[in-house]
Amino acid sequence: MEVMKHYFYTKEHEWINIDGETAYVGITEYAQSALGDITFVELPKVDSEVEQFERLAAVESVKAASDIFSPMSGKVIEVNTALDSKPELINKSCFENGWIAKIELADEEEKSNLMTAAEYEKFLEGLEE
Amino acid sequence: MLSHVDTPLKQTPLYSAHIDLGAKVVPFAGWQMPVSYPSGILSECQQTRTLASLFDTCHMGEFLVEGDCFQSGLDALVTASINDMPVKTCRYAVTLNDNGGIIDDLIVYRLAPDQWMIVVNAGNIDKDEKHFLSHLKSEKSFKNISPETGKLDIQGPLAREILKDMVKGIEKLNYYSFDHFDVLGERCIVSRTGYTGELGFEIYFPRHKINILWERLLENKNIKPAGLGARDILRVEMGYSLYGQDLDDAILPLEAGLDKFVDLSKDFCGKDGLLKEKQSGIRRKMIYFCSESRRAPRHHHKIFQEDGREIGFVTSGTFSPFLQKGIGFALIDRAIDLKGQPIFFGDEKNKIAAQLAGRPFYKKGTLKI
Repeated sequence: MEVMKHYFYTKEHEWINIDGETAYVGITEYAQSALGDITFVELPKVDSEVEQFERLAAVESVKAASDIFSPMSGKVIEVNTALDSKPELINKSCFENGWIAKIELADEEEKSNLMTAAEYEKFLEGLEE
Repeated sequence: MLSHVDTPLKQTPLYSAHIDLGAKVVPFAGWQMPVSYPSGILSECQQTRTLASLFDTCHMGEFLVEGDCFQSGLDALVTASINDMPVKTCRYAVTLNDNGGIIDDLIVYRLAPDQWMIVVNAGNIDKDEKHFLSHLKSEKSFKNISPETGKLDIQGPLAREILKDMVKGIEKLNYYSFDHFDVLGERCIVSRTGYTGELGFEIYFPRHKINILWERLLENKNIKPAGLGARDILRVEMGYSLYGQDLDDAILPLEAGLDKFVDLSKDFCGKDGLLKEKQSGIRRKMIYFCSESRRAPRHHHKIFQEDGREIGFVTSGTFSPFLQKGIGFALIDRAIDLKGQPIFFGDEKNKIAAQLAGRPFYKKGTLKI
């Protein structure tokens, strides 16, 4: 299963792509595949504050509804409004065009609570057993 | 109805074929069934609405009943009149418990003036068999042929075109009729029935040879396998009930929107219970509604009025690829007149606006072309 090398990951299958003081957040290939066709994304409000591992957004698929948790704390500075009419972008391009929110990070140290790509790949192997 | 069961899950003869095709398999009504194939549920819906899909329905149950419908006791087992059915036609009905609750919904096939096939839900085969045996005049007139019967559903606007070479004469079948055909050297029943709202057929074929039929059908590029996920969306778009969600032992057919399949001019098991409920006032009714957004109602969501009053619960809900909105059915308090008023689905924390809608949600179905 595809994993992006320089991203960090949560056990709930969210990713974060850190670039200096800001970061993009989304869900992983494993998550989109398990959810199936995504039909709705509830985006967070711009300027809202979010804590690490707290609810950031929600997605609905043809199979289920599930919450998306923020990999790190910060302020939401941009959301992917393309998902309003094209939620399937998450299925098609979960690591790039299907990003959910851009966050201004509160504390870069929090990334030590996340998995690296190599750790996440190992974590996935454990799930497949 | 996704359910956890204590007994080991059963597999249809096509289980390995589904795994080889990369299907995701889930427990359903005691069976391990494909929920989707790698193309995904929405793509399978689109395939069914525009071309044709192949569904493994070997899990469903089939009974044979011999004899005159009145003398055998069969007529009294179903809510619809069956004595007036022409031979080679099908009829939808329900069978009720003493309280008027629904034991199962089923389709009656009149094979000959005195011979019948009853097709029942997979999860209810044992319960139905017991109910039939206890009400038929003679056990000898009944046979559960599910163990030797396989079934495939071919559904979609191209279904007839796809089958016409393999099933010579299929063009003559009208909606809800059937006949015996020679299919790959086997004499079998093919009916023009289905659960998707599209032109479609169900083929009853020897179970031990069903893999041959499955593979032969998939040689045609216009037909692809589809799973329970697509089947559920397609049937909700048509407003068709699913036993275990929209129908169960505690739901009356007159609550579930099945009034036209209940003939109160005849006698049937459960009629007394049903009439008693009717006299004291039926308490609930089924409504059909459309979300105002892409958000979909889910089974067990609550239904609220604008003032926050809880008035019922969602029995089936899904995202409709046709409407690009959430759609669903709900059982609500019958006394409430919702005309023109918005309703809300969800829970106390999260309420999503919706509007009443008519059945079917999907109005372009090809089932009667």
